Amino acid sequence: MVKTVFSIGLSTGENLVIKKNRLEGTGGCGKGKRVAVVSGIHGDELEGQYVCYEIVRRIKERPGLLDGTVDIYPALNPIGITVASRKIPKLDMDMNRMFPGDEKGAVFERVAAAIIQDLAGADLCIDVHASNRFVKEIPQVRLCEEFSEQLISYARHMNVDMVWTNATETVHEATLAHSMNCIGVPTLVVEMGLGMRVNRSYGRQVVEGIFNLLYELGIWKEQPKNIQYPVLSTDGEVEFIRADCSGVFIPSIEHNHFVKKGDKIGEIITPIEGTVEREIIARKDGLVFTLREYPMVSKGSLLARILTDIRTKEGE
Amino acid sequence: MFAEDIYTLSTPYREDMSVKGYHFGKGEQSACIIGPMRGKGVQQMYICSQLVKTLKELESNGCICSGREVMVIPVVNSYSMNIGTHFFGVEGEDINCQFPGRAYGDTAEQIAAAVFNRIKDYSFGIQLTAFHMAGESVPHIRMVENGYQNSSLANLFGLPFVVVKKARPIDTKSLNYNWQSMQTAAFSLYTDSNEKVSVKSAKQALAAILRFLTRMGIIRYESHSGFISHVLKEKDLTAVHTMCGGIFRRKAKVGQDIRYGDAMAEIIDPYRGNIKETILAPTDGIVFFAHSESLIAEGDLAYYLVHRLHE
Repeated sequence: MVKTVFSIGLSTGENLVIKKNRLEGTGGCGKGKRVAVVSGIHGDELEGQYVCYEIVRRIKERPGLLDGTVDIYPALNPIGITVASRKIPKLDMDMNRMFPGDEKGAVFERVAAAIIQDLAGADLCIDVHASNRFVKEIPQVRLCEEFSEQLISYARHMNVDMVWTNATETVHEATLAHSMNCIGVPTLVVEMGLGMRVNRSYGRQVVEGIFNLLYELGIWKEQPKNIQYPVLSTDGEVEFIRADCSGVFIPSIEHNHFVKKGDKIGEIITPIEGTVEREIIARKDGLVFTLREYPMVSKGSLLARILTDIRTKEGE
Repeated sequence: MFAEDIYTLSTPYREDMSVKGYHFGKGEQSACIIGPMRGKGVQQMYICSQLVKTLKELESNGCICSGREVMVIPVVNSYSMNIGTHFFGVEGEDINCQFPGRAYGDTAEQIAAAVFNRIKDYSFGIQLTAFHMAGESVPHIRMVENGYQNSSLANLFGLPFVVVKKARPIDTKSLNYNWQSMQTAAFSLYTDSNEKVSVKSAKQALAAILRFLTRMGIIRYESHSGFISHVLKEKDLTAVHTMCGGIFRRKAKVGQDIRYGDAMAEIIDPYRGNIKETILAPTDGIVFFAHSESLIAEGDLAYYLVHRLHE
């Protein structure tokens, strides 16, 4: 059943409305656990749209397999999604830096507080992001080190390619995930794909992982097949490759491929001069799990991230 | 005076962006004044430019105290200033949320790191800044409460108010917070304008900075003593929110002394023209902040009042 989580009037004939779809199973006693899947905090990240659709579709198709409650929040920043704005339109602020919000504060502080209040009490929350529009990511779960001990037991069932602990940008204070973890709701942050796009293959992979996690929690009665277990990594094993000059980045490799030390990752070219400004060379062996898609770069722009020390896989 | 390039950024199709620092006097790194990091802080850049002009005159008259050195950075994010955007670069990063920065981080982090590395050893730090939300405030000094703040020193600017704000998670990446953490006595100075130059309040801000530098023994400058500041905590400000959205017709102005029940603003129905809501003052007090845009949403902050304070 689609419910309104929060509604507040805008200036001109419109309300800002945040909705969720509450899916309650017919397959149990009706008092099972509650899992929330949220997405769309950043309006330019659309991968979660397909994930939400597919979860709702599968549960509706076979409600008898659900013993518990799954709440789907596809658009926490609904206006941002509508106009493809990463931030909150007009306010120009990152909604994922506003949590836990303030129920007596300005509009979006109230929105943030209402979301936290609605999610409170859930047994698990999964916050589905895409990458931004600049770099492409493999499906991964990002964990804050502060909560990683508890969260890793959930994350390993998510059918993602890697679990990255202590990736500060997406899990630091003021984010939804951090705020939820602070109030005792285990919350995973999923990242995948590219901003403003939907990668159906990645979406299906994550959906399988979510149903696998629901199965592990006893909410879903059928375990998905062919679940893979992720590489577990920390910041120390991630090699950041950034531009040290400006220009146009042309990759020489494909995303989600292994490279060896000395392999060419790409080059930064200067179109007006017709010259190669820099050759970008891998300094270590590893998996290129992040690769730049938006070609224009300046000093400091992220070009690639390489997972350098693949140490643990479930069952190996 | 001499100018220094603190950070230079090249891009393929624009001229280099250079963050410039202007130095006055020689000796101990006494005070650093830094302008806008967002591209719409024209008022703050204007104040800094006037400060550079004034300090240059004072220096040529021998009015920078011996053994004291002052640096002014009029603008950090000139690229955004030229295109009228708040934030930096194609990623839209807020440089004031990147401190202390990372020398090998992304572009905005590198800018923050270069700037912070250059200014962190000054004894006094003054940042000219503005509210993120659209509105006007009375001129004041603002400090983040992180255990290192010194509101007594903030009084020496002689502005009407000093506000101490409890640090929220997002504040931990701001310049003010990180400056204080490095033992710099850091102050954020707010005037009543941001995107447009307000000459009157810019003069007041300039006078406040010069007054502070004089009182700290950094320059010699004769000026009016200013106000004995009223120190308050941000949480003690009375927030006045709207009950509905519409066209905002403001009646109460910033700095105005109002009484309980006074009509402060009206919300007009944008389709039918009728008054949907009259915002009444919930308390006696001084208007500290007022929403300045013509449209407003339900629940938006229309005013902050300094509770039970009169002119």
